[in-house]
Amino acid sequence: MLVDCVPAREALGLAERTVLHSGPPLAWERACPPVQTAILCAIRYEGWAVDDAGAQRLVESGAVKLAPCHHSGAAGPMTGMVTASMPVFVLENRPRGNRAFATINEGLGKVLRFGANDESVVTRLRWLAAETGPLLGAALRAAGGLDLRALMAQALRMGDEMHQRNVAASSLFARALMPHLARTAPDTGAVARLAEFIGGNDQFFLNLAMAAAKASADPCLDVAGATMVATMARNGTDFGIRVAGLGPRWFTAPVNTPQGLYFPPYGAADANPDMGDSAIVETVGLGAFAMAAAPAVVGFVGAGGLRDALRITEEMGEITLGEHPHFRIPTLDDRGTPVGIDVRKVVETGITPLINTGIAGRKPGTGQIGAGVVRAPLACFEQALDALAHARGLA
Amino acid sequence: MADYRDLFRHLGGELRVINLGLESFAETLEGLGVPVLHVQWTPPAEGDPGRARLLSLLEDEDGA
Repeated sequence: MLVDCVPAREALGLAERTVLHSGPPLAWERACPPVQTAILCAIRYEGWAVDDAGAQRLVESGAVKLAPCHHSGAAGPMTGMVTASMPVFVLENRPRGNRAFATINEGLGKVLRFGANDESVVTRLRWLAAETGPLLGAALRAAGGLDLRALMAQALRMGDEMHQRNVAASSLFARALMPHLARTAPDTGAVARLAEFIGGNDQFFLNLAMAAAKASADPCLDVAGATMVATMARNGTDFGIRVAGLGPRWFTAPVNTPQGLYFPPYGAADANPDMGDSAIVETVGLGAFAMAAAPAVVGFVGAGGLRDALRITEEMGEITLGEHPHFRIPTLDDRGTPVGIDVRKVVETGITPLINTGIAGRKPGTGQIGAGVVRAPLACFEQALDALAHARGLA
Repeated sequence: MADYRDLFRHLGGELRVINLGLESFAETLEGLGVPVLHVQWTPPAEGDPGRARLLSLLEDEDGA
């Protein structure tokens, strides 16, 4: 259930002078340029420094701390920036009693999540905090929350895989929220600005899909002995997984660079290695795992056509434990999406999870330059298998 | 060299093949008009004997 939208300091108990980033833990020195510029921008946005040079001194001296979103219950797309004053959606997994959080998707173009850091980025972030977050929070509270699992199951049947295609889910979200927004907003101008913002961003729902996936996956981290992957995330330097039976420990390897299609005039040489917590949607059986449900996205990410979509979903079924009971694919006779990545099956077959992803420009400030697919590195799963065997006294 | 089909002739019946692993073998036979069922297969753990052993032990424990 999506229940609220409030500042991160309130929702996560996020301390001041802390910047959350995507993926496994990352030291400033090892961060790729788009992540570094996003961190500096987040510090300027919070007013902890007036310029990038001052912001960098704060990070290098340790006065500003860096930490993974996943360690605070959050999931952040691309660079994954979260700081105390940013509004975050609050999701509840009521049967399990846990919560997960995600920021509001900023839209396309020059945005913080792709490492852009000019004044237009800061201005948009301040509008999100001052007007958008409070509006969304009031509307969600008035609605008594929204059932995102039902919404996502419907969006899947409308052609979204909820990683690189969220047009149906974003539309369904707007349809559900607008009456409550109109009743609770202080003036029609604010409603119009928010409606225009959501309507102009086909990927608005991505962050919500990520938080919903995290709320669903996190309770698995306490299942002793289980070989199922509970987290996949990347930070532009490393790819990391966490495994149900091994708790909060990360297994990391150098991240791959996506292969896909580029917006002119960009090409493969301009691409940054893969980043973002958004692979949490593949972890719960969406994204590339649900490619067969979203034929329109296969071409967008340069992965072929409908036959390829069916083949990809079938291939992901080789490394998963079952089919999702709620996320069903009409083109596969209503079978569930493949879900529950098994470390054993990945190592045994050599088939690694496929992830649909946006491609960020390597040069800071470029923003998104394309969309494609990327494989998780096998080494993460090999390390996890060794650790599982060791934990059971078999190695 | 004798035609490879001679090897099967004395067994009687039509030659039909199940091919495991290398797809090029299946493609060659298909090119000769031989009915082939290709099965995608690779050695477990990419042929790493240590990890193949761990997989086997974990499967034994889990009853998989």
